[in-house]
Amino acid sequence: MNKPLRRIAIFCGLLVLALLIRDNWLQYVKADSLREDPDNRRVLIARYATPRGDIIVDGKAITGHAETTSGDFKYKRTYKDGAMWAPVTGFVSQAYGATQLESIEDGILTGTDDRLFFRNTLDMLTGKPKEGGNVVTTLSAAAQKAAYDGLKKQGGKGAVAAIEPSTGKILALASYPSYDPSTIAGGSDSDAEAWKKIDKKNNPDDPSLNRALREVYPPGSTFKVVTAAAALENGLYKSADEQTDSPLPWTMPGTTTQLKNEGNIPCKNATMRVALQYSCNTVFGKIGSDLENAKMLEEAKKFGFTEEQFTPVRSSASVFSDDMNKSQTALSSIGQYNTAATPLQMAMVASAVANNGTLMKPYMVDSLQAPNVDTLEKTEPEKMSEPLSPENAQILQSMMETVVQKGTGTTAQIQGVTVGGKTGTAQHGENNSKNPYAWFISYAKVGDSAPVAVAVVVQDDNAVRENISGSGLAAPIAKSVMEAVIDSKK
Amino acid sequence: MSSSTSNTSTHHTSTIGAIGAPSRRNTELALLVFAVLIPVFAYANVGLAINDQVPAGLLSYGLGLGLLAGVAHLVVRKFAPYADPLMLPLATLLNGLGLVAIWRLDQSKLLQQLHVAGGKATNQLIYTAMGIALFAVVLVFLKDHRVLQRYTYISMVGALVLLLLPLVPGLGANITYGAKIWIQVGSFTIQPGEFAKIVLAVFFAGYLMVKRDALALASRRFMGLYLPRGRDLGPIIVVWMISILILVFETDLGTSLLFFGMFIIMLYVATERTSWIVFGLLMSAAGAVGVASFEPHVQTRVQAWLDPMREYTLSRNPNGDGMVHSEQAMQALWAFGSGGTLGTGWGQGHSELIRFAANSDFILATFGEELGLAGLMAILLIYGLIVERGVRTALAARDPFGKLLAIGLSGAFALQVFVVAGGVMGLIPLTGMTMPFLAYGGSSVIANWALIGILIRISDTARRPAPAPAPSPDAEMTQVVRPS
Repeated sequence: MNKPLRRIAIFCGLLVLALLIRDNWLQYVKADSLREDPDNRRVLIARYATPRGDIIVDGKAITGHAETTSGDFKYKRTYKDGAMWAPVTGFVSQAYGATQLESIEDGILTGTDDRLFFRNTLDMLTGKPKEGGNVVTTLSAAAQKAAYDGLKKQGGKGAVAAIEPSTGKILALASYPSYDPSTIAGGSDSDAEAWKKIDKKNNPDDPSLNRALREVYPPGSTFKVVTAAAALENGLYKSADEQTDSPLPWTMPGTTTQLKNEGNIPCKNATMRVALQYSCNTVFGKIGSDLENAKMLEEAKKFGFTEEQFTPVRSSASVFSDDMNKSQTALSSIGQYNTAATPLQMAMVASAVANNGTLMKPYMVDSLQAPNVDTLEKTEPEKMSEPLSPENAQILQSMMETVVQKGTGTTAQIQGVTVGGKTGTAQHGENNSKNPYAWFISYAKVGDSAPVAVAVVVQDDNAVRENISGSGLAAPIAKSVMEAVIDSKK
Repeated sequence: MSSSTSNTSTHHTSTIGAIGAPSRRNTELALLVFAVLIPVFAYANVGLAINDQVPAGLLSYGLGLGLLAGVAHLVVRKFAPYADPLMLPLATLLNGLGLVAIWRLDQSKLLQQLHVAGGKATNQLIYTAMGIALFAVVLVFLKDHRVLQRYTYISMVGALVLLLLPLVPGLGANITYGAKIWIQVGSFTIQPGEFAKIVLAVFFAGYLMVKRDALALASRRFMGLYLPRGRDLGPIIVVWMISILILVFETDLGTSLLFFGMFIIMLYVATERTSWIVFGLLMSAAGAVGVASFEPHVQTRVQAWLDPMREYTLSRNPNGDGMVHSEQAMQALWAFGSGGTLGTGWGQGHSELIRFAANSDFILATFGEELGLAGLMAILLIYGLIVERGVRTALAARDPFGKLLAIGLSGAFALQVFVVAGGVMGLIPLTGMTMPFLAYGGSSVIANWALIGILIRISDTARRPAPAPAPSPDAEMTQVVRPS
């Protein structure tokens, strides 16, 4: 009986060997892919096991963390003035993941970034708990507050983007209505409830949409600044005060349709300065038509159209169509037809003009810090393009300043400060059936330098239609943002 | 029956030799000290990792485990002095580590909310005491394992009764969904299958010892295989049918596989006919395929084995196919993977994510995660060693009944370890049995201590020096061969 016994012994040995091989396969060969599997909850547990680093504005954290009492996640994110800062921070939630800055800089904030490896190893050896690093933003708390409060006071929906023209630093990025990311930071039932409320399916106001970066609106008359730049750059007109070839009424080429102006304004053969002052559709429509699609598109692209911007949070690409005929180009050149822009894009337009023709790449992360506030990485201002020569930029500035001094943008005047701007009222809906968007783009100049350029869009479905204008709804908000920046620089 | 490999002796001896192996009781005692100290250190380690302090119960826990091991050792020393010195320490070590892991899972808030953890370690310590008591009873009252031969057919009836108890209305308890293998007596729940394993091994050993010649020799050769006669084959078919029936009615794939495998092993050893293995494999394959074709429970298990991630996703977002999906298989794989080579360390893993079976069927995942590949291989090797000592006992046993019983019990033990560990690690479909000694559960611990007791009894008989020849009138005519 011993021969089969030995064979059974070998068989049992093989069973154990099979288990050992399988164990090595699981815990050695496949260990890393199993450990890092995003569905493996340990990944999330580790992520929330240590306090997350902060997002910092003006030296103060606008985020924080709290210990959770239930569940297996130890810490959760908290936000100060969450609704105001949501377009900047995005959110990080135990249940719903992370978005925007919280997601892009997650490695730094959780402390798992490779650049923190040495420090983490040191901490592990000395027994110190792991900490996250900080993200220092370029934003200005005062500008952000002015922007958000302005939108909130206005009601309706809207967004503000403000940039420092000389560097491209984003100073304000507001969207209204907004949501408080704190309410969805956890994983409890109340977080699920809050999540449901901000979900687009349940809330037509779509508060989680970052309108400053991710929504494109027809820019309306504010786009005339781009058209004027194209006219100057292409030598169609040499100065602001040169009489243009602009018949009134003007029938768009290849059609029998007359392009209309808003009201009875002096547009016939008007100079560009006067045309911008009164916002003449006929003048700028004809400029676009005369320059034709290719030249208009080229200029729009120089301002940043058709491309997504990475601030590092991605913005949607603004639209200026390719392959349009003359009349379509004419409509696009006054910000209608297919033209659409993000508030950030229009702030970039204003900022390029204010910065004497040079467009700086917009960014909102100034630096990344290790937990001990050593700087790991600093963003240097970067030139993006030169949509205008300095001379033409000066011409355009004087035109935009005229708009604020005695044109449609007088509501944005600030005592003792040179303000240039452009209003816009963009048609919205089939046959202009919905309430239009009120736009205002502007910059402020103190002495020779321009500390701020800003774009505001307001969509107020409840306002009386006749009262909607860039000047009435959007310009006061732009004014308060500019004032806030100037005051904080004093 | 040529048996030339008696253990532990440095020089070559025959197992029938009057000079036996040294008793090795002191070796056992020394090993037991380690078997108690290692879990005590592990216990302190868990406490430090989870609560930053040495657990308050360390002293009582250490004393409790030490006392139980000491009692077991004294019983062995007194009643089975020549027993294998490794089995008791190995079982004690596994039992002790199991207690630590159960206590560690007791601390999990998640498992406490599911009412599957909290105070389980105390229960398990009581079960362990009961197990060691049964171990002692076996050694004290079973002076010679051959006595069990007398109970061959009673054992058969007993095993069948035990197996079918969970199907009795009012007695069967549905503890968790899936297999119906528990019975409830008062507030106690018992898994009779664990005890049936031992009783059935006694029946098989007794039956095969009587029938082995008929099964081995009275057969016709057919296509290179030896086919037995119908009347000899009958009982095997009956056992096969019963194991399939258990599977169908109790949805317990593991137990039926275990019994059938145990039977085939013992049959093969008894008859030395390879054809039995072939038959066994064919029949189990036919049975498994047949059952899997109409038993949704088994189908789910096979699907979960083939694609655990899909099963995980389905358990999160049911697609309305009416099946119960479980994320456990995938959670266990994540636990093993997250442990990696060296593990997270005691108390620092998250195997509670496996949820309600974390301290029973899936306790191996906790070891895998917190002790890593290194620790889990050690655990598997300890199991391998226990089996190896059991097979050695079978080799050394002097009587065919003892050989069969020892190989049956150690074969069943090996199969159980393989089926459970293989299932938890995703090597084979999951069957829902428990790791002997490690997992939480009274029946399992008590039955396995009894199993170790019987093996120790057989090994004691096997290694005991033959009694000095009785003075006999024929003494001069008898030659006693004494090897040098």
